[in-house]
Amino acid sequence: MAPRTLFEKIWDAHLVSAATADTPAILYVDLHLIHEVTSPQAFTWLRERGLKVRRPERTVATMDHSTPTTPRGKDGKIPVLDNAAAKQIAQLETNCADFGIELYALGSEGQGIVHVIGPELGVTQPGQIIVCGDSHTSTHGAFGALAFGIGTSEVSHVLATQSLLQNKPKTLAVTVEGKLKPGVTAKDIVLAVIARLGIGGGTGHVIEYRGSAIRALSMEERMTVCNMSIEAGARAGMIAPDEITFEYLKGRPRAPQGAAWDKAVAAWRALPSDAGATFDREEIFDAAAIEPMITYGTNPGMGMAIGAKVPAATNPTLEKALAYMGLEGGQPLLGHKVDVVFIGSCTNSRMSDLRAAATIFKGRKVAPGVRALIVPGSQRIKKAAEAEGLDRVFAEAGAEWREAGCSMCIAMNGDQLKPGQYAVSTSNRNFEGRQGAGGRTFLASPLTAAAAAVTGKVTDARSLT
Amino acid sequence: MEPIKTFTSKTVVLPTENIDTDQIIPARFLKATSKNGLGEMLFSDWRFNADGSQKPDFALNKPEAKGARVLVAGDNFGCGSSREHAPWALYDYGFRAVISTSIADIFKNNSLKNGLLPIALDAATHAKLIAAPGAEVTVSLEAQTVTFGAGKDQITAKFSVDPFSRYCLLNGIDELQFLLSKDAEISKFEAGRG
Repeated sequence: MAPRTLFEKIWDAHLVSAATADTPAILYVDLHLIHEVTSPQAFTWLRERGLKVRRPERTVATMDHSTPTTPRGKDGKIPVLDNAAAKQIAQLETNCADFGIELYALGSEGQGIVHVIGPELGVTQPGQIIVCGDSHTSTHGAFGALAFGIGTSEVSHVLATQSLLQNKPKTLAVTVEGKLKPGVTAKDIVLAVIARLGIGGGTGHVIEYRGSAIRALSMEERMTVCNMSIEAGARAGMIAPDEITFEYLKGRPRAPQGAAWDKAVAAWRALPSDAGATFDREEIFDAAAIEPMITYGTNPGMGMAIGAKVPAATNPTLEKALAYMGLEGGQPLLGHKVDVVFIGSCTNSRMSDLRAAATIFKGRKVAPGVRALIVPGSQRIKKAAEAEGLDRVFAEAGAEWREAGCSMCIAMNGDQLKPGQYAVSTSNRNFEGRQGAGGRTFLASPLTAAAAAVTGKVTDARSLT
Repeated sequence: MEPIKTFTSKTVVLPTENIDTDQIIPARFLKATSKNGLGEMLFSDWRFNADGSQKPDFALNKPEAKGARVLVAGDNFGCGSSREHAPWALYDYGFRAVISTSIADIFKNNSLKNGLLPIALDAATHAKLIAAPGAEVTVSLEAQTVTFGAGKDQITAKFSVDPFSRYCLLNGIDELQFLLSKDAEISKFEAGRG
C-alpha cells in the first residue's frame, strides 16, 4: 500500500461507503459530543420523524455554552437566572433522558467545556472520528483523532445514523521544528501559525502539526494548538499519537483497560503518517523564532509578536478592524490599557494553563480597576486546582475564581465585556462583539493574560521576573 | 425548504472580508430552541444601535436593499463558529444565495442543507459585483451560473457545487433521508468492526 498520512488512515478506516461521482463518502462516527446550544433543533427533527438515536452509547452530552459560571449558592447549586438559558438546559436534560444519552449536567462532577471533558474522561481516543456541533471540536485532534465541528443538521444526521456525508478535504502539514524560547507557549505557536496562514488560509484542509517542537508539547499544550485550527479556516487539526498521548490516556475512566488497553495501544502505534506520505501543502516554522504573540485586530489571523507595532491599515478590512479596536497603525500594544482579563475557554482552561497563570499572580495583586476572571474548563479541573491551592493564589491576588464553562469566550451566559472595554483573553476569537457587544479583545497566552491582570496593561510576562 | 432552481434578484453588497458567524448572528441569540424567526437578529450589531434603532448607513437598512435575495460579501464569508443559526438567519431574512470568493467550510455545509446557496466566484467577477450594489443577477443552480449585466456587457460566471448537494437543493430533498436509506450499509460496517 502507498504511504498514507494519519488523516488518510483514519478516513479510510471509517468509510461506510466511498465517494462516488454523485455522492460524497459516508463516514462512521465513533464519538458524538453534544451540548445545549447546537442540539435542541436536531432532537426536535428526530421526534418529528419518529427516529431514535442510533448509538446513544457513542454520544456524550454536557452543558457549557449558555450555562453560568457564577459561584454556587448556599444550596450548592449554580444559579441560572436567564430564562432562555434555563429552558435550553432543561431541554437538553429532557432530550438526554428521552433518548438514553449520558449527560454531565450543570454543576455535576464530570461537567465542563465539551472539549475539555472528552479527553479528561478518556472518551477521546486516537484513531477515532469525533464530531460535535462546535467548531472547536478540532481540539480532540491532539490525540491523533479526526475531529471536526458540524452544524445542527449534521448533528441530527449523526444522532439518527451515527454517520455523516463528507467530501474529502485536502491535507496541510504545519511543521514546527526546534526549541521554543523560555516564556513562549503552545498558544504562541498557534497564534503565529494563524498569523501566517491567515483566517482563511486553511480552508478546505485538515492540518497535521508535526516537527520536534510539536512532539515536545504535553497533551494539554497539543490541545491548545489543535483547538485553534479552525481559526485558520481548517476544520480539523491533528497530531500523531505517541507515548505522551498514551501516558495521558492510561487509566482515564473511559479509556480501554487491561488487555483491551494493550490491544488499543498497538493499533494506535500504527496511526502516525508513514515515511514518504505526501501532503497537499506544507508550511514550516522555526520554533526558536516564535515570540509571545498577541492579536491586535478583529480576527485571530491579525496577530503579532507582543513587542511589535500594529501594522498600518493598508486595506479597508484592516482599517475597519483597527477602527473597531480603537488602534492606529504603527502604535505598540505593550503598555496599552486593559480593563478585563479572561483566563479560560476550550483553548486555555486546563491545569497547565492555570498553573502558568498562578506563577504570575503569586505574590502580586490584580491592578486597580481591572477585573480578572479565571474559569476552569471542567469541574474536575476546578477540584484539582483547589487541591493544589491555585484558587487561593487567584483569590489573594484579587481575581474571580469561577465554576466551569465557556464563560466570557462566548458572552451568552452572563459573563461579558461592556462596550468599549479592552480584554486580554486566553480564548480563541477576537471577532467584533465576541466577548460582548462593543468589547475589544486581545488574544494571548495565559502568561500574557496574567501579566496584563497584575499590571493593568499589555505586558510581556518575561519582564515580570 | 423550497427547492432552488433558477431565480433573479438584486444584490446587497457587504464588501468586508472575513465576515464571521458571530457578526451574522451574535451568540446571545443562540439560546433559541427553534430555527425560525432568526432573520430579525441577522447582522444585529451591524444593523442596530444599542437602543434598537437602525443604523441608516448599513447596507441592509437602505431602502433599495429591501427584497434582495442575493448577498455579495467580501472574501472568506462565514468563518468562525459552526452555528447553523447563521444560514438559518440569512434564509429567514430572505436570502437564497451568498456570493464571495471563498466560503468557510462549515458555513458552506450548513448553508447547503438549508436552501441557501453558497457561491464562490473568481476574483474578477466578484470584484464587478462588489462594485455594483443592487445589480440584478440571475442565479441558476441547474446551469451552475451567475449572470448579470446587459447586452455586450453581460457576464455569465460558472460556479462549482458538490453534485450531491446540488441534487438535494434542486429537488428539495434533505440529506438525512438519504443517510437513513443506507441503514443496511451502516449496520454492515458496524458488524465488520466487531
